[in-house]
Formats: sequence, structure tokens, C-alpha cells
Amino acid sequence: MTMNQTIPTPETACPASCPASVTATRANLKADKPTWCPGCGDYAVLAAYQKLLENRRLPQESIVTLSGIGCSSRFPYFVNTHSVHYIHGRILPFATGLSLTRPDLHPFVFIGDGDAYSIGGNHFDHCARKNLQLTVVVMDNHVYGLTKKQTSPTSPIGFRSKTDPWGSKATPLNPTKKLISSGATFVARTLAADPAHMLAMMEEAMDHEGFSVVECLSECVQFNRGSYDAAVPRKGGEFPLIPDDHDVTDEEAAYSLTKKAFPGYFGIYYKVRRPTLNEGEAEIARDMQPRPKGLVASEILRSALERLT
Amino acid sequence: MKDQRITAHDEETGNHTAVRSGPLTIRDSVIRIAGNSQDGIQSVGAMLARLAGRSDMEVMTYMTIPATISGGPSIFQVHMGSGEVLSAGDAADILVAFYQHSYEEHLDTVRDGGILLYDTTHVTPDIDALRARRITPAGVPMTSLTIEILGGTGKQKGKNIFLFGLLARVFRLDMKKVRQLIRERFGGKDESVLRNALLALEGGYAYSIGDVMSLFSFETPSAGGRPKVSMTGNQALAYGAIAGGVRFGAAYPITPWTEVMEQLRQDLPRYGGSFIQTEDELAAISAALGAAYGGTVAMTGSSGPGIALKSEAISYAVMAEIPVLIVDVQRGGPSTGMPTNVEQSDLNLACHAGHGDAPRVVVAPTDVEDCFHLTAEAVRIACKYSVPVILLSDQALATRIEAFDMPDLSTIEPAVFDRNGTVPTHKPYPLDALTRHAPPGTLIEDGNYPNITGLEHDENGHPSASSKMHAAMTNKRRDKLSSLARELPVPEVYGPEEGEILLVGWGSTKGIIREAVDRAKSQGRTLSALHLRHLNPLPGGLEEIFMRFQKVLVVEMNDSDANGCGQLALILRAETCLKRIGGITKTDGLSFRVREILARLPKEELSTVT
Ligand code: SF4
Repeated sequence: MTMNQTIPTPETACPASCPASVTATRANLKADKPTWCPGCGDYAVLAAYQKLLENRRLPQESIVTLSGIGCSSRFPYFVNTHSVHYIHGRILPFATGLSLTRPDLHPFVFIGDGDAYSIGGNHFDHCARKNLQLTVVVMDNHVYGLTKKQTSPTSPIGFRSKTDPWGSKATPLNPTKKLISSGATFVARTLAADPAHMLAMMEEAMDHEGFSVVECLSECVQFNRGSYDAAVPRKGGEFPLIPDDHDVTDEEAAYSLTKKAFPGYFGIYYKVRRPTLNEGEAEIARDMQPRPKGLVASEILRSALERLT
Repeated sequence: MKDQRITAHDEETGNHTAVRSGPLTIRDSVIRIAGNSQDGIQSVGAMLARLAGRSDMEVMTYMTIPATISGGPSIFQVHMGSGEVLSAGDAADILVAFYQHSYEEHLDTVRDGGILLYDTTHVTPDIDALRARRITPAGVPMTSLTIEILGGTGKQKGKNIFLFGLLARVFRLDMKKVRQLIRERFGGKDESVLRNALLALEGGYAYSIGDVMSLFSFETPSAGGRPKVSMTGNQALAYGAIAGGVRFGAAYPITPWTEVMEQLRQDLPRYGGSFIQTEDELAAISAALGAAYGGTVAMTGSSGPGIALKSEAISYAVMAEIPVLIVDVQRGGPSTGMPTNVEQSDLNLACHAGHGDAPRVVVAPTDVEDCFHLTAEAVRIACKYSVPVILLSDQALATRIEAFDMPDLSTIEPAVFDRNGTVPTHKPYPLDALTRHAPPGTLIEDGNYPNITGLEHDENGHPSASSKMHAAMTNKRRDKLSSLARELPVPEVYGPEEGEILLVGWGSTKGIIREAVDRAKSQGRTLSALHLRHLNPLPGGLEEIFMRFQKVLVVEMNDSDANGCGQLALILRAETCLKRIGGITKTDGLSFRVREILARLPKEELSTVT
């Protein structure tokens, strides 16, 4: 806004869609050819995201795809939307600034386990507790792929990597447990090898009012091949769904689900409605609206300065 | 003594007590109030400064705050006058001492022939020592009288207001305005608070201070001209950001930056904006960049340690070409350093924080008024060039109160981005034009949506490992600074355009350096001065100016070189290859005094060009 325009409230802000909009389709969402290794789980995540956007008939210009650093974070180049490839670990605070200032958009963040649980772990806790309006898909492969096989915060004990040639000694982080305790209001877990389940989780996450996280096991065929076979029925594993009678608003019950041994449960662990920071800030903005209504910025500033004469 | 007027705080020429016949008219005066941090002396100082501003006087303040939360000695110095006030003053005309330690610690700062106003409840001065320096003692039982007037809790609340009344009497201040100020300050609260404040004020005003009144008469100027506003540097910075168009900010608390974020947190919602406190410094700059990407003019800020933490994201902002204002309110460093002291030691950090070739803009306001105007300009530069701009303030400027002309807001065009527009096609990183991002929500008719990235990229923001592209994009980022440099005016020389010595300064030292030039002149030595507001890029024409002087001495509060060159001196040497550039530096955590600068000048007139 300029000094001479009236202050828009979040409600009166121009909606992203306008008559000339083109809705997203899998065809117009195509961008650079993905550079992932053949067979990498990330292809399926990209396909699911494009399908989600197409299903929702979203205006293409209103979609924002954000990422950090890592194999999975190459994501924005492979989908034709407004997109940002940010620095390692900090995309969640970047998304915070965007989410708070653009209530008309719904940012999607795609990051790996390094971004989410290691270098950017602190930000995950704070985005969760602040309950920002945005969706995060963690493409967790239990390894650092882009830098060619080092231990990640979710690598299991005994995992052999170039930085742990004798096998990892540290207890891996339990993402769903961590997210619930940090205050995330939507926590789901899925598997890239099950596209239908993955899409369903993304849909639910997008519809959630608040901070929604989908922890998605996405296999790194290059450096951690076969790591998720135990969850893939056609490879002899089982895909344990969260029992139908689980109450998603019951925090204690959600914690107990996180204790199941690998491959663990898939589905929605936790989902509650709590005021978002976006709503809180909008409420402050409403309460602080200068009187009389319709004052322009320069008038508000002038009266503030006059109080200092 | 010229014009029957003297500059009362000028200790070098302060011989006026010897030739007095009746009270002397003085144009300006320095009052130093020394007590403990909980005595409310800051609020008396601030009210005095505000009053001076309302009476069309020039005013400048200086304060020290203990680094501890409660207690600890603290001072507030007010320099007010009807002429141009350039600094908070070297020596005090009046020292107000609340305690024995205040008296002992600060007596040295009173000029010979000055006045000691002390609380007899707590201070026993050494009368002989005072007489030797012709200092007039004026004892007032401030504590016990205040307790008497207010019905005594013994807590000594209100002593500061009593003092305000006393000073109003000494300086013959307009009591109508004084009472109005008290009403503004204490009105709205519990009614008894205002009543007590007015009682304490009138008590101080009614106290007969005797002798002191006959010493001088303070010249109060007649009102006229633009109304003045008075505020601290941190406040001016916050308002300047708003005027410049900032509507989102994010930061983490750190002294002495915190007041800026506190004020913006409270004020920005009125303008349809917001300011958030983040979990850390990295999140703060990231959130600001996220908002800027979204099409909201954004800022972050901190002090040195926090700016260091932000440096990875600063390089990103350069690479991805995202406009952002980054404020650094400098304090004593390195590391935790001296959080409540002043230093100008983050210049190198501001110019170089980050990795890779990361050209960014660095500016430094020179006084409180400039905190307002230069911050607005910094926002304009950031948005015009899609570049991070670092603004270097410092602890002295942050807490100093000055009165200055009400800014003319019609001359400031706030920066704004178009959101939700429609463009036929869009390149985020054109090689033949300045980057102007299309925020998300912008409909791009040819269907090619932009990537914003920290990877080296082509014009569309797609990753590029081409060596030609990297060279071209590096040039594009660097050329912004050359374009900006061409926009900047050649700085003006204060004093003669050529000569023996040119003093160069930056940031909060402008007034004191000018005062040094003026005082040297009155002592028969000719100096010139030049003050830089734009530090990266530097304005053009500096080398030509420097060549006209035998010696160029850069006055700065830092120390980076064993040969006495500070951080700016080294930058200027590198830029101009001129060995005549040297430094007058100091790192005692306090603002420069005029005499400190003058004492460091070469003793002999220089005869040869070095
Ligand atoms: S290294 Fe692993 S995670 Fe990276 S692209 Fe290849 S398979 Fe995927």
C-alpha cells in the first residue's frame, strides 16, 4: 500500500484468483525434468503434489512451493509455480514471513530430514507451537543423499554411512512424537511408495486450519535401498494403518501410536483445531485499526509524530 | 567573549565567572544528572529534552545505562541551547548528584566555574575542592523534601520530578509547558499518580535555590519555524522505517536494538503491517525475506552478534536479489562485549558479512534526525535495487534524544510492491535490467513461473552451472552498487575546501567532529571535516577531496590496525591508495569528546605532503 491508500484488512485483501486465472493442471505444472536418480521415492511425491493441485483446481499463480537444501529440496524446479529454493534449515521461518503477510496464499514446503530435524530442527518446533497456516511435507529418506551418504537424524542405530562407517550409535529422532510434543496441530505419516495414501494425507493436510505436517518416507534408492521394504506389501512387508477407532484429538493416544516399532503406523496421528498465529495477528491488526477508519498511512504517522512535539 | 554571549560549557574558554556583573546570558547549557538507574533520571532527562524541543531549542542527550537489570549508577546528560547544538557536550555546566558516589564519580566532568546541585540527604561535598575550581555548590534536601511533600513512603519516588521543578526554576522554563508535559506523562494513570507528580514538581519549583539564580540567565528563544519533534535514535529509526514503507519485520531481542522492535511491534499493526519476535536471528532474517518475497516491504535488525548470525541469509538475499532492510545498532564488541556501551566496530561486518562475492549496501545515520530520514532512504534503496541494505546505528545514537524539525512526509515516497498483478511474461533475473520480483499471486500470462534461488541461475531462476552465466550474474549483482554510487551526491566539506587536516567521520560522531572543527578555529587552528553517510558503495569524488589536504584523519570508535587506522580508514585507504589517510580511533566504550579529538591532532602544522 502507499501512504495515500487506505489500509487493507486481511479480509479485504485482493483474492489471489482473478478472471484471467488459469487453473493448475498436471500439464501446465510441468517444469524442468527432475534430476533425481531413477527410482528415487521423490518422483512419487512430486506426482502426488501435482495431482493434488490439479484436483483442487487452484489458480496456478496462487500456488507457492518452497524448499530448503537437499535432494528433495530440488522440488521447486520441477513444478511450475511461484517457488523458492532457500538455504539449508531455514525455509520454515521464510514460510512464516510469507504465511503471515499473505493470508490469500497457502504455502507448501517440501524438505528432507536434514532440513526438518537437524539443521532446522529448532524452527520446526517454533512453527509448530505458533501454529502457522502452512503445510510441510518432510521427504524423509533416513540418509543424506545429496552429499552422498552421511548419517541423518532419522538414520536407525547401526546404519553404516561415510560418517558412521561402524554403524550409527545415536538414537534416531522420532518425527511424529517430536511434532506432537512441539504443538503441531496436524501430524500424519505416509509412504511415497503408496501414492494413494500419500495423496490422501496431503489433501487432509492442505484442508487443515493450522500447521500441518506430513512425514513421508521416501526411499533413497542410491544410498539407502530397500530401507522401507518392511512397509511395502508387494515386497513382503506390511503397511500398518492407524486403527479406525483412534481419536485424532487425543494427544496421549497419539503418543502411544508413535511407539510402534518400524515400519510404524501410517495415517493421521493427531489433528486438533487451535487458533493459528495468522488469526492472532489478524485480530491484533483489527483491534489496532486507527480511528477514524480510512486514515492513510501518512496521516497515522503524522499524528504519531505530533505526539512527540 | 563575543556578543555578550558565551558558550557556557566550553571549558577551554570558560573564564566568564571572573568578569561577571549581574547574571550572564548564556545560549546553551549542559546538565548532567547522576544517580542510580531506578531514580527515574532518564525520564527527567527525556522530559527536559522534549520541553527544549517544544521551546524551539536545539537539544541533544547522552546517557549511560548499567548492564545490570536493576540498580547501578546511571547518568543522563542534556545539552540544550538556542544555537546549533552539535553534541551532548563535553563538560557539564550543572552536575546534579543524587548520591555521594554520583558526586565523586562525576565532579571531574563539571567545568571550572560550574554548578553542583546535590541532594543534602545523601551527599557531603568537599567545599574546598569546589572552591578551588570555582564550582558553586547548591545543596537541596531533595529526598527529605520529596518525602515531606508526598507524605513519605521513604521510597523516594518523585524525587526526579522534584528535581525537574528545581531545574525549571533555575532555567526559568515556561511552567505552563512544564505542567502540560507532566500531565501528558502521568495523566491517564491512577489520578493520585498525576497529583503526586504535580505536587513534587511545584515543590521543586517553589524551592528557593538562592545564589545559583544570580549566576546566569538562560536565553530562551522565541518560538517560530517548523514544530520540532523530540525522540531517541531508536524511535526515529522505527518511524523512518514506517515512513519508508516497511510493513513487516521480524527480530530477536538484543541490546541496544530491542526498543526498535518493541516499538514496531506496537506500531506496525496500525498501518496494516506486523512485526514478530522469532525464535532466533536466523529465523528473523528468513521471515523478513519470506515477507519481502511475498510482496511486503520488510526489515530485520539486531546488534553485532545477531548480524553475524544472519550472515548466511545476507548472502542469500544478495544472490536471490531480495530487498530487505537490516538494522545493526552497534555496541561494544567482539562477542558479548560491552552491550550497553558505544562502538563503531561492525563496519567490516556490515560490508562483508556473508560468504562469496555478496555486494550489499551499507549506510550510517549521523544523528537522530538522520535515523529517520536515512532509514526511509535505505528502504527505498533496498527496493529499487532488490538488494539487502544494512543500516549502522550505534548505542549512543539509539539512546540519545534530539529535537528536530517535524519531517515533511509529503517528500517521502514509501516503497511498495505490486501484488496480484498480471504480466505477460516475467524473468526474475534479467541481465539487462534491475531485478523486480513478481510476488506470488502475480499471474504470468505465458505460464512460466519464476524460481527464486540461492543457486547460481539463469534469467528465469533455473540452476545454471555455466561459467559465462556465473560471471554475468556476478557482474549484474555488483553493478547495482556502481549505479547506486553514481546516484549519491559528493559529500560536502565542513570548513575550508583545502588545507592541512581533513577529519573524516561516519555515524553518530558528526556533531562532535564539527564541534572540534569549530573549537579548533576559535583557537586559531584551521580544520575541515567530512562526514560519510553512505559507506558501501562510497560516494564519488572522495579521492579528489582527500588530495586537497595534507592529512586525512578518520575519527571512529573502533581499532583494527596497529598503525592507528580504524575500519573506515582502512577501507578508504584501499579505495584511494592514499597513504595520507590515518586514524583517530578509540575503544573505551564512550562517545568521543571534542578535546579527545583535538589532543590527537598532529602537534606541528604539517609542512610536507605524506
Ligand atoms: S541420492 Fe537418493 S534421495 Fe537423492 S535423488 Fe538419488 S535416490 Fe533420491
